[in-house]
Amino acid sequence: MAILLRKETGVVVQGITGREGSFHTKAMLGYGTRILAGVTPGKGGQEVEGVPVYDSVVEARESHPEITASIIFVPARFAPDAVYEAIEAGVELIVVITEGIPVHDTMRFVRYARMNGVTIIGPNCPGVITPGESKLGIMPGHVFKKGNVGVISRSGTLTYEIAYAMTRAGIGQSTAIGIGGDPIPGTGFIELLRMFEEDPETHAVVLIGEIGGDMEERAARYIADSGYSKPVVAYVAGRTAPPGKRMGHAGAIISMGVGDAESKIRAFKEAGVQVAELPSQIPELLSKALKR
Amino acid sequence: MKLYEYEGMELFRRYGIPVPGFEVASSPEEAAEAAGRLGGRVVVKAQVLVGGRGKAGGVKIADSPEEAGEHARRILGMSIRGERVERLVVAEAVDIARELYLGIILDRSIGAPLILASPEGGVDIEELARTKPERILKTPVEPFLGLKPYHIRRVARFLELPPDAQKQVGQILSGLYRLFIENDCELAEINPLVVKKDGGLLAIDSKIIVDDNSLYRHPELQERAGREMNKYEAEARRLGFSYVELDGNIGVICNGAGLTMATMDTVLVLGGRPANFLDIGGGARADRVEGAVSLLLSHPKAKILFINILGGITRCDEVARGIVNALGKAEAKKGMVVRLKGTNEEEGRRILEENGIHVVDEMDEAARKAVELAREV
Repeated sequence: MAILLRKETGVVVQGITGREGSFHTKAMLGYGTRILAGVTPGKGGQEVEGVPVYDSVVEARESHPEITASIIFVPARFAPDAVYEAIEAGVELIVVITEGIPVHDTMRFVRYARMNGVTIIGPNCPGVITPGESKLGIMPGHVFKKGNVGVISRSGTLTYEIAYAMTRAGIGQSTAIGIGGDPIPGTGFIELLRMFEEDPETHAVVLIGEIGGDMEERAARYIADSGYSKPVVAYVAGRTAPPGKRMGHAGAIISMGVGDAESKIRAFKEAGVQVAELPSQIPELLSKALKR
Repeated sequence: MKLYEYEGMELFRRYGIPVPGFEVASSPEEAAEAAGRLGGRVVVKAQVLVGGRGKAGGVKIADSPEEAGEHARRILGMSIRGERVERLVVAEAVDIARELYLGIILDRSIGAPLILASPEGGVDIEELARTKPERILKTPVEPFLGLKPYHIRRVARFLELPPDAQKQVGQILSGLYRLFIENDCELAEINPLVVKKDGGLLAIDSKIIVDDNSLYRHPELQERAGREMNKYEAEARRLGFSYVELDGNIGVICNGAGLTMATMDTVLVLGGRPANFLDIGGGARADRVEGAVSLLLSHPKAKILFINILGGITRCDEVARGIVNALGKAEAKKGMVVRLKGTNEEEGRRILEENGIHVVDEMDEAARKAVELAREV
């Protein structure tokens, strides 16, 4: 089973006629994602990879009422507008791939989405994949394999690295979510941990954190305080990062004395979470946890 | 992007936040003249983006223009935590009764602006948060509603101000909030905000950080972005890479920020020290890879190169071509470990091996090799 994304989830691609949008539409269709429509303002009536293009999300949903999810490939300056449009058109899940959105814009659309009960994944993220069913993102599908471990990550390629190691070790994933590398993600660790807790087919969870902010510490507290019922294995990237320097991701920065890797690793250990020192150790820690 | 104190003070002035008279000087003569124009006692302050300038001797009081000039001569050109002082602020000295703290940060946990206020200003807020957290008031603001009068009353009360100063706090906090929003700030801080001996409030130091992603809508700042960088950092920025320098000797090139950090951590765990963080991003073509490899080949600190690529939208054959091209043009030869996985892996491996570069399969094994090579140089 899975969370967030299923085989039957109907998808609209916003920014479908762009270079990234069309490239990944093809890849997602190839994986089996049920893409019903695309949107690019002013390009309604065209087709991309056989998918009909509309001028607005509202028009796309009028023609395809089964659309419940959107994936956004719109450039940073126009992405917030695309998010608001999707929220008001009634989409329930929005994956924002776009990198470089000003954080004040993200702060607003993330709050607006919450007020409307809409789930946002991202921005600046690889998206969501439910292996063997559907992918709503830019990740290489072949490194994932259907299984019963949930993956939640602040990273892209590092997630692929870890998923690949798991897959080779015969450990598949129920759903893997890259929540994005920006300071304010639409959905954080705790909300996704909660969803995995309720998913009967998820037996364990991998959390891939990194420096910056205190999301890992809060997740650790949640795991300890809620008596989380499933084993959690974590990895935290950025032990070598100096304070005040942004390590690639807008959110990967130790600032105002908050966000270093040691504090996060300590918080996880105190909460009884197994912490891998190297990404390659995750499959082994998972095997042990799943046997227990 | 961090702003210099004087840039922040100019913003304060524009948003109706009272500041003492000040001028910017870049020579002892200019500093003396500025002190003459300001009249009376002045403070000469080094303009650097790093903290700790007071302890480093970068802030001095002068009673005359001559003395201001002498201080300027000593401070200009000084190195404060590795940053050379190129400019000074000469500001009117203020008779201070009390020092307060007032700042707004974009709080990541709540996803909203958070006002921080403390009656104990002039000290590092991180330090205060550790030692006396109860002396910091944290007030979140709903961005869709903005700053409200009750926020101001709360802050004014916590700052232990007399009723006549409360109105001025309102003016300052409103100005700071507008400044924070309109300039896409991650942080806008007045530290200290001082109560003068004759009453009234003044902002005498600023710390402002603007979100790099927002610079396209602040063209006057965008022009100045990247000014504190050394030549390698500037070159990396020009090529569009995320790049951070460290103290080690193993140059690291990867695709994706998380994988780059994890690669550096793996080097550290296995006993090596990374020289840098260099993320070539997703989908890099041969020319970009060549730029990244050439940058580190020319960097004196990177003795060994460790390239770790997990190809998704990045193609391993493009990466391999970029590496070979860079090596063909390089003056110096350096030890190199390459790990390639993913899209077009076989082709990438073939290109590299034809050029005598061995490709390693696994990240840990590659890191171990890089650490061994680094020990030998």
